[in-house]
Amino acid sequence: METLLQGLLLGGLYGLFALGLSLMFGVMRLTNTAHGDFIILGSFSTFTLVSLGLAPWLAALVTLPLAWLLGYAMQRLVLNGTLGKDPLPSLVVTFGLSIVIQNLLLELFSADPRSIDTDGFNTLGFALTDDLSVGVLPIVIFVLALLAAGGLQWIFKFTALGRAFRAVSDDREIAELMGLNARKIYAQATAMAFVLMGLAGALQVVRTTVSPADGPMLLLFAFEAVIMGGMGSFWGTLAGSMLLGLTQQVGFRLDPGWGIWGGHLMFLFVLVMRPQGLFPKTRG
Amino acid sequence: MTTLLQTHQLKAFYGDAQALFGVDFSLNAGEMVAIIGANGAGKSTFLKALTGLVKVPQESILWKGQPVGGRAPGDIVRLGLAMVPEGRRLFPSLSVEENLLMGANAGRKGPWTLQRLYTMFPILEEKRLAPGTSLSGGQQQMVAIGRALMSNPEVLLCDELSLGLAPIVIREIYNAMPAITREGMTVVIVEQDVSMAQRVSQRLYCFQEGLVSLQGSSDELTREQISQAYFGV
Repeated sequence: METLLQGLLLGGLYGLFALGLSLMFGVMRLTNTAHGDFIILGSFSTFTLVSLGLAPWLAALVTLPLAWLLGYAMQRLVLNGTLGKDPLPSLVVTFGLSIVIQNLLLELFSADPRSIDTDGFNTLGFALTDDLSVGVLPIVIFVLALLAAGGLQWIFKFTALGRAFRAVSDDREIAELMGLNARKIYAQATAMAFVLMGLAGALQVVRTTVSPADGPMLLLFAFEAVIMGGMGSFWGTLAGSMLLGLTQQVGFRLDPGWGIWGGHLMFLFVLVMRPQGLFPKTRG
Repeated sequence: MTTLLQTHQLKAFYGDAQALFGVDFSLNAGEMVAIIGANGAGKSTFLKALTGLVKVPQESILWKGQPVGGRAPGDIVRLGLAMVPEGRRLFPSLSVEENLLMGANAGRKGPWTLQRLYTMFPILEEKRLAPGTSLSGGQQQMVAIGRALMSNPEVLLCDELSLGLAPIVIREIYNAMPAITREGMTVVIVEQDVSMAQRVSQRLYCFQEGLVSLQGSSDELTREQISQAYFGV
């Protein structure tokens, strides 16, 4: 029971890691290989703001509009130029960005792991039963992940912006014939994805220690969650994240060294048995 | 009669390959003009050039006397040109109604509303929540026409309306045209069905290998003239 609960809560965190990746891929077919590094950038942004004297929750809140601005500018100035039928330019450019971010963070903060002092909030918990207790922070993260997935699904289904996201994803040329500016819409999608990355990064540095080299591992978790859940479905991404968290927890339970491996093995299993993912986007 | 649209020696390229070799064309307000020609004659490229999907020199297209060649598709639709693309190309992840609403993004005011489209094509109201691409070919064509009309254009460009449709469906689609042109809408249709094109239009252009090989009043052009211009023999 405890393993199940901890796995689902860990899945909430992975959900926040993965939703931004899912959003960018869903709208632009862009695989952002710097995704994990941008999450870590969000962590260090929060860490820096706390170092400057802001309360952790306020630092996290300030990180979000900064992430929006960075995402919007990044798409308008860099990533839009890489989009096209060939996915290679965007892969190469985001890979380059990953290296730049890691080295920039190393230069500014050194390789030492960093964390922020939350006055014990990150270890705060309560007992559900005599032998089962749960942390407050994992529950907060889980709820935020649910809200993020539900919010994205709502935006995509019920708003004009969501309609525009789906239209440029379906057929950019025709969407532009309808008066949409695809480059601007892509930038809005990336800005939203960066807000999610900023949030994930802020929560990560509240939860544990982070170092500049952590990005690729977070990218891997996000990638596995998106693929397992099925491309283009936010609830699917969240379900994939839960499955990843759950199998990692089961692995940890069997042997502390097997946790991450358990997740990788589940990813391979889903890839072989159901390559389209558990909940792929259905098209008419 | 006001000239809405003109092209002067319009040339267009796909990379190094030239598709249009100097097309002169004019369109007057309120008329229906047909463009015919064999596959590869440059008809669709011509419409793509008009709508900004293929970049061309600025001076080669005039909209109400102003040079507009090479402008972005979004700018062109806001000027008042809307296109029904070849093969309909509805957005697969959008419902019928969402597809129609996409046409309203240009923000132009005018008589075309969802309700008016539903009056003209009642079947679309019945299926408004269904995915656009789940409809039959004819119904999808209605959505594509409706989507273009939702931008309240002055000129409607229709690329191969009859492509892949049964004759009875083609007649149904063309029977809706008078309701569209009644209020003075100017229409350009690109059509491979020559007799249909001649029947519904007032003027006709025939394209051959990226050039206009024949133009004139649809009533006055003879079968022989059209055959010669169409096939080049």
